[in-house]
Amino acid sequence: MSQEMATIYVMGKPYEVPKDLTIMKAMEYAGYRFVRGCGCRGAFCGACGTVYRTKDDYRLKVGLACQEVVQDEMYLSEIPFFPGNKATYDIEELPPTSESVLKLYPEVFRCLACNTCTKACPQDIEVMEYIQAALRGDIAKAADLSFDCILCGLCAARCPAEIVQYNVALLCRRLYSRHIAPRSPHLEKRVKEVKKGKFDKDVEKLMKTDQKKLAELYNNRDMEPKD
Amino acid sequence: MYTPKLMELIKRVEATRKERLHQEFPPLSAKAKDELLHAFHPDFKDEVFRTLEVGPSKGQRTPTEYADVFEAWSAIDPGSFDLSKVDREVDVLIVGGGGAGASAALVAQEAGADVLLVTKLRLGDSNTVMAQGGIQGADKENDSPATHYLDVMGGGHYKNDPELVRALVMDAPDVLAWLEQLGVMFDKEPDGTMITIHGGGTSRKRMHAARDYTGGEIMKTLKDEVLNRQVPLLEFASAYELLTDGGKVTGAVLYNMETDEYMVVKAKTVILATGGGGRLHVTGFPTSNHYGATADGLVLGYRAGAPLLYMDTIQYHPTGAAYPEQILGLLVTEKVRSIGGQITNIEGDRFVYELETRDVEAAAIIRECEGRKKGVVTASGQPGVWLDTPVIEELHGEGTIKARVPAMYRQYERFGIDMTKHPILIYPTQHYQNGGLKIDDECETEVKNLYAAGEVSGGVHGTNRLMGNSLLDVVVFGRRAGAAAAERVKSIKKAGKVTLEHLKSYHEELEKAGVPRDRTAPMLLPEYRRPESAARKIDNNV
Repeated sequence: MSQEMATIYVMGKPYEVPKDLTIMKAMEYAGYRFVRGCGCRGAFCGACGTVYRTKDDYRLKVGLACQEVVQDEMYLSEIPFFPGNKATYDIEELPPTSESVLKLYPEVFRCLACNTCTKACPQDIEVMEYIQAALRGDIAKAADLSFDCILCGLCAARCPAEIVQYNVALLCRRLYSRHIAPRSPHLEKRVKEVKKGKFDKDVEKLMKTDQKKLAELYNNRDMEPKD
Repeated sequence: MYTPKLMELIKRVEATRKERLHQEFPPLSAKAKDELLHAFHPDFKDEVFRTLEVGPSKGQRTPTEYADVFEAWSAIDPGSFDLSKVDREVDVLIVGGGGAGASAALVAQEAGADVLLVTKLRLGDSNTVMAQGGIQGADKENDSPATHYLDVMGGGHYKNDPELVRALVMDAPDVLAWLEQLGVMFDKEPDGTMITIHGGGTSRKRMHAARDYTGGEIMKTLKDEVLNRQVPLLEFASAYELLTDGGKVTGAVLYNMETDEYMVVKAKTVILATGGGGRLHVTGFPTSNHYGATADGLVLGYRAGAPLLYMDTIQYHPTGAAYPEQILGLLVTEKVRSIGGQITNIEGDRFVYELETRDVEAAAIIRECEGRKKGVVTASGQPGVWLDTPVIEELHGEGTIKARVPAMYRQYERFGIDMTKHPILIYPTQHYQNGGLKIDDECETEVKNLYAAGEVSGGVHGTNRLMGNSLLDVVVFGRRAGAAAAERVKSIKKAGKVTLEHLKSYHEELEKAGVPRDRTAPMLLPEYRRPESAARKIDNNV
């Protein structure tokens, strides 16, 4: 690792850190020990959403601290938590319609289509597009477009209409998967077969098989072709 | 962005791609696998292990890093610690907010128990959220739980607990149906048929996925349901010590991660769902694990008297990122190989069948680099081999990578690497703890009223877990633990006395063994400050 250094401003306070570190590792280098603002460290959990600005630029940019590499003269702050509204509901009883979404999250009506949410998404999700889809009642599209959401909350933090996009997205994915996507017929069948005890004997027989015989069965088992 | 030197090397991979395209590479024989594992798998290097001298599994071979947290003092002095004020009384205390904890909470509450779910970080912060590739379950016509059983036993080198494996494979279809019902967005054909693929060591295509955010999608759904059903929840509250009446478990001391204050919870039953210990960095390997994976639940359960199983088997995921440096050790999902990605050495030659079990695959990569010296070495000295990804697009058509493994595409694209055009550099990373607290098929440990589910437990996977069986494990055994604990509660009229008697005896053992006083556990969070700055800290934070 090169030791070329950069100056970063963590919540306004300057630190000298190696230039090729991620924001997260740079903050640890500077002496921070995270309790909040650090999770999976691999862009799956949304704990480390970060807002930053670089010198001589008025624009605010976003990134995940675990993925974004520091830049010289970077002014940054993590937003480890956003107090967004989370509706509670019984997914079983909820029809997959825009009415359901709007009843739980009426603020979706207020969408100005300004696209600030999309610009704030570190996952490059078309956030505004999925909010518009939800508004139109195209739940399947909202579910599909929002799939990669990691609930970091940066969209909601920037939304002038105070929509909590990530919770709307989660609702849409659950509505789609529970009520629109067709149930898996083979799965339903298999669950019934297991309950009826169809496989009990086969499994019990294997449980009683000694290791040598089991290894023989394993090493000679037939394999479903790759493609 | 690749350096010019790496770009030069990539040309060799490109040169062999055409002839590799439909090349069949044979799997290893049972004997060859065995020899490879003994020669190159880190589990077989004696110098990285030591024998436990205290606790219920005294005499067991354990990686040094794990032994250091087992053979460690509590920051609590059992002689003087004040337990007189009980802050909360519950039926079922669930420790850990990942897939197992959330599943247990939902099931236990549904069964009528008064539940409290506590987690060290946020609800959902776990390895579950990071699991990408898939979840197994024998639900297709050509498959059966018995076939799944055989794959699990063979993969685990026949060391698995048969009762636990039966539970795993027999519950699997119902678990998938439960998740489907909750609204997990599985990859499906238009008629609802689940899209399933192979994973390393599977004899049938039984890997179900939600693109390559499978664990994330499951965790988001479970989390949403926990919130919808208003399960009592405490975040940033770590279990710091279990409480017992001298024998049975009766509660826990919780530690507020933000205010340093403690809290006493009296509970009729406790479920440990705290995950594993990737962040202990066994043998100095990088890890694919979550920040919170510091083996806390293992330590607590062990001190309370619960024996361990197979702690000397660590799973190194064959394909961790070896470049760029910023994502060193992060996972490259096995799914990349399931959909056709090929592994090659510096010459662009394949040297291992891509869907061997993880231990074999990892050992083959280590052999190629350390033994045969045919790996690539980056500017920072990190060894690696190529995972040829453009071949996937050649096999299955342009756009396959973005559609099937979008998280992986994004992970590399962030650093200026387009994996649809260029191969990626990988090396094994510490991924999973195969062993853990010994449980029965209702998840109870050998300490009464103490349950364990998920990675904190051992025995399900023997000495090597297959891809897609950990997501399955956390939901199967999370649900079982929740149900069993709620059932047990019915027969306990009054919660027992809360004491630290077990800790007293444990400390006496530590004293006898001469364990240094400054070695404390649980760790709670790993230390990633530079030694220079950590050495100058004044805080008393654990």
